[in-house]
Amino acid sequence: MSAPLLRVENLRTYFHTAEGVVRAVDGVSFTLGPGETLGIVGESGCGKTVACLSILRLIDPPGRIEPDSRISLRDRDLTAASEGEMRSVRGNEISMIFQEPMTSLNPVWTIGDQIAEALRTHRSARPAEARRRAAEMLRLVGIPNPEQRLDEYPHQFSGGMRQRAMIAMALACDPSVLIADEPTTALDVTIQAEILDLLARLQEQLGMGLIFVSHDLGIIAQIADRVIVMYAGQVVESGTADELFGRPRHPYSEGLLRATPRVGRRMRRLSVIPGSVASPKRWPPGCRFHPRCPYAWSRCREDVPPLPGEARASRCWLEEEPARRTGGWDELALAEDH
Amino acid sequence: MTAYIVRRLIQAIPLLLGIVTLVFVIVHAAPGDPTAMYVHPSVSPEVIEQMRENWGLDRPIHIQYLRWLRSFLTGDLGVSLTQNRPIVSILAERIPNTLILSGTSLVLIFAIGIAIGIVQAVRQHSTLDHTLTLSALFIYSMPSFWLGLMLILVFAHKAHLLDWWPAALTFPASGMTSVDYDLMSGWGKLGDRLHHLVLPSIALGVASAASVARYMRSSMLEVIRQDYIRTARAKGLPERTVILKHALKNALLPIITLLGLYLPFLFSGAVLVEYVFAWPGMGRTIVDAISQRDYPLVMATSFIFAVMVVIANLIADILYAVVDPRIRYE
Amino acid sequence: MNEASGRAEDRADGGRALTAAAFIPGLAHLRRGRRRAGLSLLGLALAMLAVLAFSFDRVASTFTAGRVDYWVAMLTLAGTLAAAWGVSLRAEWGRPRQRAEGTSQWAIAWREFNRNRVAVLGLFLMCGLYLATLLAPYLTSYEPNAIGDIAATRHLPPSLDHLMGTDKFGRDVFTRVLYGARISLSIGFVAVSISVTLGTVVGAVSGYFGGAVDTVLMRFVDMLISFPRLVLLITVIALFEPSIFTVIVVLGLTLWPATARIVRGEVLSLREREFVEAARALGLASPRIIFRHIVPNVLGPVIVAATLGLGNIILIEAGLSFLGLSVQPPTPSWGNIIDGGREYLVQAWWVSTFPGLAIVVTVVAFNLIGDGLRDALDPRLRI
Ligand SMILES: Nc1ncnc2c1ncn2[C@@H]1O[C@H](COP(=O)(O)OP(=O)(O)O)[C@@H](O)[C@H]1O
Ligand SMILES: [Mg+2]
Repeated sequence: MSAPLLRVENLRTYFHTAEGVVRAVDGVSFTLGPGETLGIVGESGCGKTVACLSILRLIDPPGRIEPDSRISLRDRDLTAASEGEMRSVRGNEISMIFQEPMTSLNPVWTIGDQIAEALRTHRSARPAEARRRAAEMLRLVGIPNPEQRLDEYPHQFSGGMRQRAMIAMALACDPSVLIADEPTTALDVTIQAEILDLLARLQEQLGMGLIFVSHDLGIIAQIADRVIVMYAGQVVESGTADELFGRPRHPYSEGLLRATPRVGRRMRRLSVIPGSVASPKRWPPGCRFHPRCPYAWSRCREDVPPLPGEARASRCWLEEEPARRTGGWDELALAEDH
Repeated sequence: MTAYIVRRLIQAIPLLLGIVTLVFVIVHAAPGDPTAMYVHPSVSPEVIEQMRENWGLDRPIHIQYLRWLRSFLTGDLGVSLTQNRPIVSILAERIPNTLILSGTSLVLIFAIGIAIGIVQAVRQHSTLDHTLTLSALFIYSMPSFWLGLMLILVFAHKAHLLDWWPAALTFPASGMTSVDYDLMSGWGKLGDRLHHLVLPSIALGVASAASVARYMRSSMLEVIRQDYIRTARAKGLPERTVILKHALKNALLPIITLLGLYLPFLFSGAVLVEYVFAWPGMGRTIVDAISQRDYPLVMATSFIFAVMVVIANLIADILYAVVDPRIRYE
Repeated sequence: MNEASGRAEDRADGGRALTAAAFIPGLAHLRRGRRRAGLSLLGLALAMLAVLAFSFDRVASTFTAGRVDYWVAMLTLAGTLAAAWGVSLRAEWGRPRQRAEGTSQWAIAWREFNRNRVAVLGLFLMCGLYLATLLAPYLTSYEPNAIGDIAATRHLPPSLDHLMGTDKFGRDVFTRVLYGARISLSIGFVAVSISVTLGTVVGAVSGYFGGAVDTVLMRFVDMLISFPRLVLLITVIALFEPSIFTVIVVLGLTLWPATARIVRGEVLSLREREFVEAARALGLASPRIIFRHIVPNVLGPVIVAATLGLGNIILIEAGLSFLGLSVQPPTPSWGNIIDGGREYLVQAWWVSTFPGLAIVVTVVAFNLIGDGLRDALDPRLRI
């Protein structure tokens, strides 16, 4: 495997609020290679967005990336970079697109202006040149009549179109990493598929590393090469998409997968796993998943399970005591039915 | 855009008609016969009788109303009782002076208010923010006429007694120009006028500036939380561009509506400030007219004030449409 | 220390503390750790006693002067002392008040308001002001309108004898500001009551009935709002004789549109809510629905508007007085004292300066309370 493009080690992002410390991301590590697609999956509130924003250092106070966290792009340590250096990384080497296309574009500036802006900032492009490139980008993401649509405002675009424009904006400077934070969640099913195809095609074409975040296993299965599953601010399982979907090892992944009727189809809400994520202000002791886990026993309540550093790993005591994997989700479901 | 402006213009017509009617009602609601308000030492009974006939005050009320409407719509605001000349020509002299004063204040209000609001939002919760919030509270609780008097006391009468006080910071206490204005050169005249504008425009504007700052701060804080600001940051734009380009234009939208709201407030203040600074504008006119019981002039001036507010609201609406593309294309 | 023994000690102490608390207002609250309530009661009682001690001769003359002023002051003084005592005794003997009680909208709002320190400061300022106006005859030994030996007392600068100096007739400015406060505060209060009531009714009717009623009323509001307030006021007042009565009525009748707009907006959103629909389905009469179901629900924003409006009306009234269109001299009001000092502004700056400061402090107090109420009652409007 080639040298990683992006390496995140022990990322911890805490919000030091008046009501207490919110440990939104609590020790996340992963790598991303060039041309690779990493899927990040987990229920909403598990810290996916905060992790992505941390990579770009876009966390506002009271949030803070804690010391000892390391984010490196190729050989550069981004946690130690100055704000000025970070600016030249954002939108240039690492780009990000967001969940809400309706609100992520500035309503009072034209689409063209917002795309060209990145080019003018990072490439010092002249207005005419930036505009030409912006039109080119719009064509690339499949927007018809790009020349004309450059001068339109976001409210004249549909949701899917806006997300395409966001992608155009993110890719304008040829970034080596694109972070897509639930880019299809807010869209209709048919549009979702189009955007997904577009991203997959562009990634192949441009050869960038793609981090694709979703709470939807079905979508992750379609697009990702490797997957990490997040729960309560931590990675609970990692592996290639085939491994993970073929034979999940962590009870949480198992539960998620069970909740997906068939891979590739849009699924019902993830909260079909009974219970809900605990408050990030006070994670449960021991394994953070134990209150919802069908296999949990005393050890899970007391000791924190480790996540081995291998490519295929699961943060679970079942790894050491596989014999305890009995009953599980089916029994739980039966119990619920009655 | 044009259609939008035309629509707004058409909507303003009934409002103007209503205002004319309201003035008519106020006149007729006054105690006694409507002609009683024209009883004035300088007007002889015969003239009043003449007026009665001319204006048809002995006719039924609806006829009177129609006549009233016609005369206002044709721009005939009547004759001043004390100055014996058409009110239109009096107001034609005074309106520009009021516009100069209010215009200067308005620029001051929005320039200072917006700048301070931005600084406060960007430095939210800092000592500077708290200090400015507190000062604003005191400033917009000040009566403008009292502030005017205090400014006169300090900057026209007391400060120059200090040896080190620069002469340029001593301002005239009243009027629009100095006595030797006519002898000055072109630039000298402009300087003189500006010099006379300083104290009244501060007295008139500073309270509203404090309140604009307050709205701007909250509007800016609201905008800074929006997703598109995060997008702008994720693009790698410098913070200054994020604030001054992406946040500012959005934060200004609600502030523009304030423009229309502040104008009536500003004109109210102008009445008092013009009185304090002997500024020959409409405010001064209406106060003098009241003390001289020149009612036709009072009515006409307040009508013109209302018309100016309506026009200002129109301008604010149009400005809003210019800034917000979502309205422009509706 | 362990808790049980602490409580026992408390009980043993109870007897002595009880006697002490019976004599010193606020002590009971302080002992229960309610510092703010305790200190304000204590301060209040001390202030009243200080007034009693330092102006004993004036208090004594209440019985000879035979003026209503003095009797009002006397009642205020005695009443405030008695109230401070009563609250204190109730805290000691009365049944222990439940602290965490009250989940009604108003209880929550009150707790929220109490947490806002500047707003509470505003409330204290306002109470202080009202007390000072009521106690006016005891706080100053001068009469507001008495003109003595002008040559000797004219334009005296501020000193211990004349805290705010004297004016061109040799009258004590402090006294006039104190008495002027009555005028300004009461005009404000009455005018706001009128305009808020009117505004609420018009807004509720307009919002509830909608259609043509709404259109007509709102166009009328647009018209009134088009006139600069002060211009409309002076135009109307000019046609009548300026007096307190005219000013109150005209202020009350011209300032309601702002409240009406707020209430209408609230009602429009309330109208669609279930309980109103239910009331309508039950066939209740419209006035009953409006006053029993809708008005109570818009009270929050109305109270906020009224408090902020009070500050505003005090400013407007001051402007009218300044132009000579409100209370007529020699009766003092803040605006006409300032106007009176204008002529000799340079020689006697104090005459115009102090009443202005009084206005600023009063308006600041009302604005602080209004902002606090808004945050407490209507978080949506927070700015
Ligand atoms: N500004 C903030 N202040 C406090 N807590 C925050 C903030 N932003 C996010 N969080 C917390 O961090 C956790 C993770 O949020 P997020 O990353 O948005 O989840 P998701 O996985 O759905 O993207 C949430 O529980 C949220 O409450
Ligand atoms: Mg998210």
